Amino acid sequence: MSQTRFTVNGEDRVVDADPSTPLLWVIREQLKLTGTKFGCGIAQCGACTVHLDGTPVRSCSTPLAAAEGAAVTTIEGVASEDGTQHKVQAAWIEHQVPQCGYCQSGQIMSAVALLRDNPDPTDADIDAAMRGNICRCGAYGRIRAAIKTAARA
Amino acid sequence: MGKWTRRGFIAAGLVGGGVLAVGVGIREGHRAPKLAEMMTDGDETLVNVWVKLDQDNTITAIVPHSEMGQGVFTSMAQMLADEMDADWEKVRFEQAPAHEAYANYPLGREFIMGDTTVPGFVQDSLNGGFLRIAQSMGLQITGGSTAVRFTGMGGMRIAGAAAREMIVKAAAKEWDVPARDVRTANSYVYADSKGLSAPYSDFAVQAAKYAPPTRPKLKSVSEYTLMGKSLPRFDIPAKTNGTAEFGIDVDLPDMKYAAVMGPPVLGAETVSVDDTYAVDMPGVIKVLDKGTFVAVVADGYWQAENAIQQLEVTWSETGAESLNQSDIFGLMRTAMDEAGDKGEEDVAVGNVRRAESSAARVYEAEYTVPFLAHAAMEPLNATAWVREGQIDLWSGLQNPLAVRDEIAGAFDIKKHDVTIHNVMLGGGFGRRSSPDYPLMAVEIAKEFDHPVKMIWSREQDTQQDWYRPASVSRFKAGLDEDGMPLSWDNLFTQKHDPPEASQIPYKIDNQLIHYAHADHHVRFGPWRSVDHTQHGFFIESFVDELADQAGMDGYAYRRKLLEHSPRYTAVLDAAAKAANWGREVPEGRGLGIALVDSFGTVVAQVVEVDVTGPEPKVVHVWCAADPGFAMNPDGFIAQIESGIIYGLTAALYGDITIENGAVVQSNFHDYPMLRIDQAPEISVEIINSGEKVGGGGEPGTPPIAPALANAVFAATGVRVRSQPIANFMEGLS
Repeated sequence: MSQTRFTVNGEDRVVDADPSTPLLWVIREQLKLTGTKFGCGIAQCGACTVHLDGTPVRSCSTPLAAAEGAAVTTIEGVASEDGTQHKVQAAWIEHQVPQCGYCQSGQIMSAVALLRDNPDPTDADIDAAMRGNICRCGAYGRIRAAIKTAARA
Repeated sequence: MGKWTRRGFIAAGLVGGGVLAVGVGIREGHRAPKLAEMMTDGDETLVNVWVKLDQDNTITAIVPHSEMGQGVFTSMAQMLADEMDADWEKVRFEQAPAHEAYANYPLGREFIMGDTTVPGFVQDSLNGGFLRIAQSMGLQITGGSTAVRFTGMGGMRIAGAAAREMIVKAAAKEWDVPARDVRTANSYVYADSKGLSAPYSDFAVQAAKYAPPTRPKLKSVSEYTLMGKSLPRFDIPAKTNGTAEFGIDVDLPDMKYAAVMGPPVLGAETVSVDDTYAVDMPGVIKVLDKGTFVAVVADGYWQAENAIQQLEVTWSETGAESLNQSDIFGLMRTAMDEAGDKGEEDVAVGNVRRAESSAARVYEAEYTVPFLAHAAMEPLNATAWVREGQIDLWSGLQNPLAVRDEIAGAFDIKKHDVTIHNVMLGGGFGRRSSPDYPLMAVEIAKEFDHPVKMIWSREQDTQQDWYRPASVSRFKAGLDEDGMPLSWDNLFTQKHDPPEASQIPYKIDNQLIHYAHADHHVRFGPWRSVDHTQHGFFIESFVDELADQAGMDGYAYRRKLLEHSPRYTAVLDAAAKAANWGREVPEGRGLGIALVDSFGTVVAQVVEVDVTGPEPKVVHVWCAADPGFAMNPDGFIAQIESGIIYGLTAALYGDITIENGAVVQSNFHDYPMLRIDQAPEISVEIINSGEKVGGGGEPGTPPIAPALANAVFAATGVRVRSQPIANFMEGLS
């Protein structure tokens, strides 16, 4: 075992684990942040999306070693420190996006990154940023509408 | 949410005196002591089940269904609160535990009685009998789109109305005014003649002393204040911030993790398990050979999953090792050939053979659909803790009561010593109604003193499913000079549920609908809309072919065959009108239409497809749906949208194939899902016809595949007779 140091949602963390362990399982089982979900294990579905130094990554296929010294943001860290919802979360509620809700942490993490880099995305921009996230309840229309609402907020 | 245990419930904030609980379906003689043992805690007063009025005037709806994204908690509470004249801001929900008293009694009643109306069923002996039947059937199902139409209409509304009447009666007595002079609104009682008002909770203790009314008066549609409103769902905020707890998120003290592996050929068992390498891998605690599956228990899931990949497992031969997908279709065709004009009959009216002999011509076609996996986003999982004389299980289940009974039976323990902690489901679609995975979790956990969380890999989830059956359907229609059908002969294979799925909405005088069954080892599971998914494709494709034979467009032809039914016609018209049916479409595009009546809801869809790209792209879906009355319109629309995307995913890409007896596909790279860039725009129009209330979760799915196939025909002139359609189109180029 070796130690890996990084921050998660602004807090310093030190983890004892095999550096090849996917970041997903460290976040869920060791750090007990279960908002980040396991879906496929091969970076095909996006349920495990977190931000690594601001970039959305599939944590199921990102080794812990890649997080050394980095800043990790999970769904639990998206709201402001005072607890105010992120505009994407507010739009998700306004459009009643989630159904089963399992994929939505990943969807929101992808949408937050999209809007930070591109405040006024076109439909094609939304497709490109969001096509890595599968929703089996088929909430795609509402996801698209919510992203546009959040962009205007 | 409250915490339920095997002996009763402890709901945070509900401890303390004067809590009124009212519900439906329990006869007076059943009320105590059996239920008292279960329900009462501290000063809570048991009247019945399903609605509780707390001392702070909070009303709690107790919902006997699982939340898997369909918003049942909210729509159930809406129906209860409306009848109760409750303050919506102070309405809460709890999920009922897996206990007989919460067995899906209205569903059981409907199941036994069909459409027969049973008046005043709250306390009469007939219904006491039905409750016992429902209990013995182990029904506590979320599926079959039953939540609103059975539990809501038959349970929640009556519970709310009865509670309101009891409170009114108590207030009238206390204030010494006639009950008719007492009115209710926003969880308050008013006697305007005396200028009095008080919260419901003031009368909870007194009301609890009354027997519930046998026939509480229900509101008419014009009196609804909450039903029919798009109220925001209770469960959504927690699903935007990571706090919603799914089965996979359960965390218990000293919990370990299990990975599992089932036989590649379903039904095989282990012959030998060589764990030489795996046992020494980091974190591994134990390798288990359970015969029907193997498991590795480790400190973490990743370690368990890594280790299980290193096992050398030899599986027994079942005889299915030589079977390929084409062989399975071959078995079906053989069974159909053997059935000939016979087989099991679904419908036999008139005389199809005689009609064919007098027909101008006879038209025939054969269709197939492949196996499908459910692929819920949350891979299957369950956490079990086996202690002396006690089993606890945490899992997202569509049928918790049946799972409790299965566990009790399999592990020789009393039902009351099994506690099911049902958490949110990351998608169900029918898969989470099979008890295989919770039983496996207990089987693993019984080897340990500590709890074990079993998680299936996506590969296991795909390859160890209970599948939407592959099936074959043959049609033969006798046509008159104008191409209108005189007879409808449909022979198909692999009949399951619901029994009416093969029936047609069209008026055709001579019908023979019959089926054969081919035995094979690929196990059947209910998949969103069950048999309607294949029959919707079969029937609505063939009707479209007949329209073409008659030289008519699909809409006009159907309309002519639906003249007997204003309800069907209205739905079909609405979809066609929304899509501006009949308009010119650009080269490479086509419009297709389909109509399916399933689970009490009539749905028509028009698809506009573009076939100019590498695969067909659905541009827009216009949908009209008549559920009788939509309790929560936005929630209903969301369900229909979801049903369309689920069905479209299957129609375009869904293909589970068998090679050497084993499922070939394993994960989303080879069992692809529709993504946002391929998702069509969807427009849904609700028709509140006032007919008996139908379901929402499933009826959106069946029409989409035939509507797409018919649109492809309109665009290309080529008939789609098999799925997935993307493969079919590839074959064209």
